[in-house]
Amino acid sequence: MKKTYKIDVDCANCANKMESAARNTEGVKDATVNFMTLKMIVEFEEGRDPKAVMSEVRRNCKRVEDDCEVYI
Amino acid sequence: MNKKQKAMLSRIAIAAALMVGLHFVPAAGWVRFLLYLIPYLVIGYDILIKAAKGIRNRQVFDENFLMAVATVGAFALALFERSGDYTEAVAVMLFYQVGEWFQSYAVGKSRRNISELMDIRPDYANVERGGKLEKVDPDEVEIGSVIVVQPGEKVPIDGTVTAGESTLNTAALTGESLPREVRPGDEIISGCINLSGVLRVETTKAFGESTVSKILDLVENASSRKSKSEDFISRFARVYTPAVCFAALALAVLPPLVRLAAGGAAGWETWIYRALTFLVISCPCALVISIPLSFLAGIGGASKAGVLVKGSNYLEALSQTRIAVFDKTGTLTQGVFEVSGIHHSEMENARLLEYAALAESASSHPISKSLQRAYGREIDRSRVRGIQEISGNGVTATVDGRQVAAGNGKLMDRLGIPYIPCHSTGTIIHIAIDGKYMGHIVISDVVKPRAREAIAALKAAGVRRTVMLTGDAKKVADQVAASLDIDDVRSELLPADKVAQVEALLRDKPERAKLAFVGDGINDAPVLRRADIGIAMGAMGSDAAIEAADVVLMDDDPMKIAKAIRISRKCMAIVYQNIAFAIGVKLVCLLLGALGAANMWLAIFADVGVMILAVLNAIRALFVRKL
Repeated sequence: MKKTYKIDVDCANCANKMESAARNTEGVKDATVNFMTLKMIVEFEEGRDPKAVMSEVRRNCKRVEDDCEVYI
Repeated sequence: MNKKQKAMLSRIAIAAALMVGLHFVPAAGWVRFLLYLIPYLVIGYDILIKAAKGIRNRQVFDENFLMAVATVGAFALALFERSGDYTEAVAVMLFYQVGEWFQSYAVGKSRRNISELMDIRPDYANVERGGKLEKVDPDEVEIGSVIVVQPGEKVPIDGTVTAGESTLNTAALTGESLPREVRPGDEIISGCINLSGVLRVETTKAFGESTVSKILDLVENASSRKSKSEDFISRFARVYTPAVCFAALALAVLPPLVRLAAGGAAGWETWIYRALTFLVISCPCALVISIPLSFLAGIGGASKAGVLVKGSNYLEALSQTRIAVFDKTGTLTQGVFEVSGIHHSEMENARLLEYAALAESASSHPISKSLQRAYGREIDRSRVRGIQEISGNGVTATVDGRQVAAGNGKLMDRLGIPYIPCHSTGTIIHIAIDGKYMGHIVISDVVKPRAREAIAALKAAGVRRTVMLTGDAKKVADQVAASLDIDDVRSELLPADKVAQVEALLRDKPERAKLAFVGDGINDAPVLRRADIGIAMGAMGSDAAIEAADVVLMDDDPMKIAKAIRISRKCMAIVYQNIAFAIGVKLVCLLLGALGAANMWLAIFADVGVMILAVLNAIRALFVRKL
């Protein structure tokens, strides 16, 4: 399952860091962060609850880039 | 400017003013240090906080950390050397923030520019309830309801006009400014602007499935598919920053130790200063921002010209197009077939046409449509039974109890009916009734007016080989290809053959040369998917095409193909310029820094200056009108 989330982040490199943080979150099959449109597209692994996974994604993103937001 | 940017701008102004002011204050020693600390903290406090947080979260190598270390180091050096030269540290922080501010402003600005380009999202739909017009959310309008579109309003949902006549501005969708006329019975596509009269439209789709939603969805998700250049740059950034940091550490420690070992003075200050300069240069942001920004601008510029590109990877591939493969019908030709003759008819011409039209009544193929048009009367489906479509051959059906076969020569061969071949070019429909040959109908297609010009433009844009694939007869195909100056023709293909042909072409070509397939998108979906780049033309209103293709040309002007390639070329040129420029300047500065020829001023100017130039260059990709 794929879902798109709005994000807020200031620099392109930070967006790249968020992308790899999201990818390395458990339950995420693949994630792409689009800095230009400020969107994160997350593909979840089968049978995962997107809400739970996303709050984890958000926490991991906050860890790599303090000044970012993922709107779940 | 948003709130954050405004706040930042005033911080920049205050810090700059303080710095200039302090230049004339004759303070010395600790007072001087404390005075300079004020502008430093005004401009850089958030960087210091972020750097501390980064360390706590074990994300050491980020640009905040680099800037914090470099400026704190510069302060420490100035204190240690008692030079009182704190300007440098403040200036580095100041310019770094100026760069960040500019970047955020430029990106925000181009984001807005591009969303304005695609300002086709309708906010409401007018529904008539109890004699009054009511504005409702287009999402709530059900299929089959009647909506009213007033002059000046956007058509919110795809549908059919039931009453009213008007002209439509399709510029937002096609980039074409020529208005289009509509009258009752016409299909109408969401996203167009109604210019003159009030229209009543019966919706045929839900809002989410309408053209406008599909297009917006496509554009908004476009740059999510990253190109090789983008991947390269993010990989590069991942290696680059830590590498430069370790190089800085080595630069600070190794040369002094070597000099000590050699018995000389260590010169710690010099080498630490050089190492700090390294850190200032090591920020990868300039590099990282300009590449996706170039692609975004390129995709935005293309959509302004009515060319939708689904991802930066496709824009990249498009620029390497060497082989262009075309579908004939609807792509190079109008796809509007007309019955141009009826020959050797054993019965009245009109009767023959009637049988053909009835037999073909279930098919949506352009040929069948033209038969139905030529027949000109309402088709009574109850007269037809047992329609069988034989792909690439034709149809057989029972009409009024008589066995009718309508199709090409292959169908007649298959049924073992002798037929009379035709001398005219065009598509020939042979007709046999109850196993007896009854004559044939000639249908011909018209080449698009600018098709020849378009092929020439493609060649000028670097396409080496043009191939035309068609299900049509060899004679017709050869004639069309010759008139258009196409290199290679493969005719009499079944839909599955087209895929095979494209696969063969893909196998034979060199890896770097990309193959683009151009089709009208209605029955070419498998081929569109198989090609390196699938280009669908005249896609306005065809969902299948929008879904299957990588590049969507909103109108059906073949000149747009060459234009799309030129846009991609320009964008890629900008991308390569930015990569070479940014990496080149950084490397030169690193070298100069290591040799001691560059100070921190140069380093920060290189960083911010490169970024500003790269961003301005990237925005150039947005301008495509003259291409």
